[in-house]
Amino acid sequence: MTDFFWLIPFFPLVSAILFVIFGRRFPKKYVSFQACFAVLASFMLAAISFFSLLNAGPSHSLLEKNLFSWIDAGSFKVNLSFQFDSLTAVMVLVVSLVAFLIHVYSIGYMSEDKSYTRYFTYLNLFVFSMLVLVMASNLVLMFVGWEGVGLCSYLLIGFWFEKHSAANAGKKAFIVNRIGDAGFLIGLLFIFVHVGSTEFSAINEAVLGGVLTPALATLIGILLFIGATGKSAQLPLYIWLPDAMEGPTPVSALIHAATMVTAGVYMVARMNLLYSMSLTASNIIAVVGGLTALFAATMALTQNDIKRILAYSTISQLGYMFIGCGVGAYAAGIFHLYTHAFFKSLLFLAAGSVIHALSGELNVQKMGGLRKYLPRTYYPFLIGAIAIAGIPFFSGFFSKDAILTHAFAQGQYIVWAMGILGAVMTAFYMFRLIFLTFHGKERLEPDVKKHIHESPPIMTIPLAILAFFSIIAGYIGLPAVVGKKYNWFGHFLDPVILSSHEAHISMGTEWFLILISVAVSIAGIFIAYIFYIRKTQIPSTLVKKFPFIYKLLYNKYYVDEAYNAVFVNPMIRGSEIIYDDFDLKIIDGAVNGSAKTAAWSGKLLSRFQTGFLKDYALIFLLGAILVIGFLLF
Amino acid sequence: MIPISYFIVLSFILFFLGIVAFFVKKDLLTQFMAVEIMLNAANLAFIAFAKSANALDGQVIVFFVITVAGAEAAIGLAIILLIFRHRKTIKTEDINLMKG
Repeated sequence: MTDFFWLIPFFPLVSAILFVIFGRRFPKKYVSFQACFAVLASFMLAAISFFSLLNAGPSHSLLEKNLFSWIDAGSFKVNLSFQFDSLTAVMVLVVSLVAFLIHVYSIGYMSEDKSYTRYFTYLNLFVFSMLVLVMASNLVLMFVGWEGVGLCSYLLIGFWFEKHSAANAGKKAFIVNRIGDAGFLIGLLFIFVHVGSTEFSAINEAVLGGVLTPALATLIGILLFIGATGKSAQLPLYIWLPDAMEGPTPVSALIHAATMVTAGVYMVARMNLLYSMSLTASNIIAVVGGLTALFAATMALTQNDIKRILAYSTISQLGYMFIGCGVGAYAAGIFHLYTHAFFKSLLFLAAGSVIHALSGELNVQKMGGLRKYLPRTYYPFLIGAIAIAGIPFFSGFFSKDAILTHAFAQGQYIVWAMGILGAVMTAFYMFRLIFLTFHGKERLEPDVKKHIHESPPIMTIPLAILAFFSIIAGYIGLPAVVGKKYNWFGHFLDPVILSSHEAHISMGTEWFLILISVAVSIAGIFIAYIFYIRKTQIPSTLVKKFPFIYKLLYNKYYVDEAYNAVFVNPMIRGSEIIYDDFDLKIIDGAVNGSAKTAAWSGKLLSRFQTGFLKDYALIFLLGAILVIGFLLF
Repeated sequence: MIPISYFIVLSFILFFLGIVAFFVKKDLLTQFMAVEIMLNAANLAFIAFAKSANALDGQVIVFFVITVAGAEAAIGLAIILLIFRHRKTIKTEDINLMKG
């Protein structure tokens, strides 16, 4: 069976192709079945491959399959080849499992939509692209998946393209990602020029063999990381992700929370040997991650749109993953990716369930007291919030703690402090969201309240499953204080994370760090409790007292406005100038000029066409005489 | 036996008259008749040459030309008739739609 592991991405692809060809003729029920089954098949095969990898032991840590030589141009050779090692296994399992649950959930969420088949076509295509991205054994094929998920993201953000804002958000995501992709592509070409191949194994060998100088490694590392900041929504390219919430909520859960946005983290972890060569690049990653974790968390504090709060939270959590990668704790970063996939998709799906119940209401200020109406949404949501807040014994605690402990152990105290500050805010804004949505006074619009209803089981069962994983997912990577051998997750990744250099800190320090992170989480929740349950006047007094800070946060530091002023508007104005002066005058001038020349010469020649029969006859006669004269003399 | 040059000269005269009539006359019908005269001048030349060369080819061609001329005359007259119906005139200086 393991020989066929490379088939994993192709189930969703076949399904998507069938939808494109026969989609109109399929009944709705069959569409749902085929879409879900294709992803389930991928998951099953991934699970089989995973267990065989687990049983094969450390000597067979890699499955490889070279399908065919894809590009063979001179020295540039690229194979269409897949690989399956422990890192890929984690990614494939997470992607296919979460994708399957979200497909099932979508059956309920999208049931009323008129473009039902189109939705599942895109979703299947996305799963295919994502699986290609994580299973590719070279950077070029990975880039194909990288662009494929970007395309699907664009299509799904703009899924309701009749809505102007959705179409614009899709464009924004696509264009911002292009900026990052340019960096990625340049980095890829640098690797090809200096290594001569883009296979991951060849790159690792080149790094170990000292082919790449540290300066070159820094350059390549930074270029690739620019790609990651685009795809994984880090400073300064995070701006597309909040707008991406215009898409259907299950899409936000799958693409813009659990899977696609983690591609950057995966890529950095995949290239960990390269990054281990360059302290500069690693430090940049850690600092960018820390800043993103902190700033995105502050932006989430004052938002009122339920999905945007979660979007900023996603950006912030991605920042934590990059902190992990930046301080050399790649396994911890991937561990957080893995736990985050469960609890963040859970939060999004639960939010989707709330939105569904309230007929599309997004503003948390118009919710409140929903706990008694939506109990089967409330409890999963609560579990997700506890997990992300970092309360012990839930999955988010283990992974976030692992990252922060490593950051501290590496001496990155500033990054660690940013992470801790971010953690307080994470706990605060998540529970602000919970309290505003599910507790307190009802602030529902009357006509919304009339239609309030709990979501159908097809939506709440995936929530329950994800809630289950959000609780237990962390137990395969216990912190070192319990015993090093209990970090199965870390050991499983050992064959791929070749660069891990464990920094040792004493047990006491580690307990102390854990205590701090637990304390800040509880503090965050407690503050949220005081603000939004006990003394609900506090937030408004604070707003009055510090209107400047509130406005700054509420408007997200005016980053969008600044980008518009610095990049977008000059670009538009420059285009207008070029349009007016170059396009209209020179290009159009050349085209119109040649047309005018032709018309003018035509007019000149048309003077011969007098329209009088006798003139024609005369010319005819003269012509005949001329020909005869020529023949005779 | 009449020498062939007589026929050729007659043919020339007829042809020349046709040309002159075509350019002098102003209405389409007369011009059309002028064209017919030129055509028959050419026919005459054909027959004369055929006779003197003792070959039948020229005479056969004349049969063809007469047949085609008959058809052409029918169409030409029909066109002239239609133009007249349409424009109430067949003066060529009034008909200059093709002016560029």
